[in-house]
Amino acid sequence: MKQKSIKGSRNVATILTYVFLILGSAIMIFPFLWMILTSLKSLAESTQIPPTIFPAVPYFSNFADALTSLPFANLYVNTILMVLARVICAIVFSSMAGYAFAKLNFKGKNLLFTLILVQMMMPSQIFVIPQYEMLASVSMTESIFALVFPGLVSAFGTFFLRQAYLGIPNEIGEAAYLDGCNQWQAFTKVMLPLTGTSVAALTIFTAVFAYADLMWPLVVNTDINLMTLSSGLATLKGQFMTNYPVLMAGSLFAMVPMLILYLIFQRQFIEGIALTGGK
Amino acid sequence: MVAPTIIGLLVLNYYPLIQTIILSFSKTKTFGAMEFNGLNNYIDMFQSPEFWKATWNTILFCILTVPVGIILALLVAILLNAKVKFKGGFRAIYFLPMVCAPAAIAMVWRWMFNGEYGIINAILGVKINWLTNPQTAIIACAIVAIWSSIGYDAVLLLSGLQGISKSYYEAARIDGAGRIKQFFSITLPMISPTLFVTLIMRMMASLKVYDLIYMMVDQSNPVLPDVQSLMYLFYREAFVAGNKGYASAIVVWTILLIGIVTVVQFIGQKKWVNYDV
Repeated sequence: MKQKSIKGSRNVATILTYVFLILGSAIMIFPFLWMILTSLKSLAESTQIPPTIFPAVPYFSNFADALTSLPFANLYVNTILMVLARVICAIVFSSMAGYAFAKLNFKGKNLLFTLILVQMMMPSQIFVIPQYEMLASVSMTESIFALVFPGLVSAFGTFFLRQAYLGIPNEIGEAAYLDGCNQWQAFTKVMLPLTGTSVAALTIFTAVFAYADLMWPLVVNTDINLMTLSSGLATLKGQFMTNYPVLMAGSLFAMVPMLILYLIFQRQFIEGIALTGGK
Repeated sequence: MVAPTIIGLLVLNYYPLIQTIILSFSKTKTFGAMEFNGLNNYIDMFQSPEFWKATWNTILFCILTVPVGIILALLVAILLNAKVKFKGGFRAIYFLPMVCAPAAIAMVWRWMFNGEYGIINAILGVKINWLTNPQTAIIACAIVAIWSSIGYDAVLLLSGLQGISKSYYEAARIDGAGRIKQFFSITLPMISPTLFVTLIMRMMASLKVYDLIYMMVDQSNPVLPDVQSLMYLFYREAFVAGNKGYASAIVVWTILLIGIVTVVQFIGQKKWVNYDV
């Protein structure tokens, strides 16, 4: 009898777990669904009261309108170039510095590492005005380089990859020396390949945050052809104040690249973020 | 090998840091020239009702989003840590907002919160002008912020939960402890270090909130003063109005605020975070 009631309460708990998870998932997915549904409605249908759920007739010209009012081809290229450049810079420079901080001894190491730690604690907004002024003083705003600029080096990446190198036993590096490698070869041929998981996590972390960044691209590039997907979308909002079907179509265009990557590398995304978490 | 990173940090971060502090004691003149003007920016700032309102909005936003967001994220993490089918799928769904630009997310929520045609009013059967009413605009922004952050926080907390050995729960079950008792005497103390890190991170992020509110509430929206955060005010002063000196004072103030909150958290953690595991 008692056995049965324990089993019963466990079943109730399981059912409640599923109910909560499914309800939560519905709330998480609904805005995306609504975005797609609205993007397929005519302006008149989208403002019908009471609202229709599914479009009476799928209406595709919102996508055409979004494409003609924003240079999406440029936005895609700019965003991809910015993300790619920031990722490459973060990986190359942070790998080098992370390796050095973990495995080499040099003068001022502790002081220099303190510089890394202190930078990590400061919010990026404190740098924005002078960073902008620096670019403006050499007339380099309104360029792809300007988009990349604040991400040329990564204190967080250095810290994160240092952790990865600390986890590799010193004997492996020493073995490389005995086999006749010099310092640089030991790093590039032996140590670097061992940090694959961490490099992948840093890649995802850097890409996700660069892609989401809004204030910097908005400030530094005001030419519509040099904007990113995020800042371009902010401009579209100004143009189509209340034409939500077009705005939804534009938002879908902006979301698609990262969503496709997420669908393919879903596990790596989540585990990468969990690994870099606590930033 | 550390040269590129260190030079980069000095040029991109440390020099700008000093510049911002200097700017906050300077007056912007035409053609970007600067003139030292002592504490005037700070005096102007402390006398500005708009500034105090923005400070309050920022704190209110933090109060509205952080506790609810963290509790929901913990709940999701605990449920995902149980034996459920389709676990990976659920995790992927909750994590979805993380890979979407906040600009795009804010756009659909603006539409859903629309006072006339919004689906939220239609579902609730009410007629609230969410984003043009001074009382509800910040609540709407907070809801979007919570929705966006649950998955990310849940993933962090889940990795903490997975580190708890199953044997603790078995021992508790043998001693006859129920699920609730197990949660408070095993789960919560064991996860407290992860919870603390997540909490600190989320608080810092919400004190710096900008992009979401910027996309949800336009600069021409009359409720702007009632929702604008410190970083929104900073953006407008620095890059719309061109008062770079005054804006620098705002950002210095915000960093002090974040610093104070973080220090308080670190002192408070001794009371509840358990490191002897």
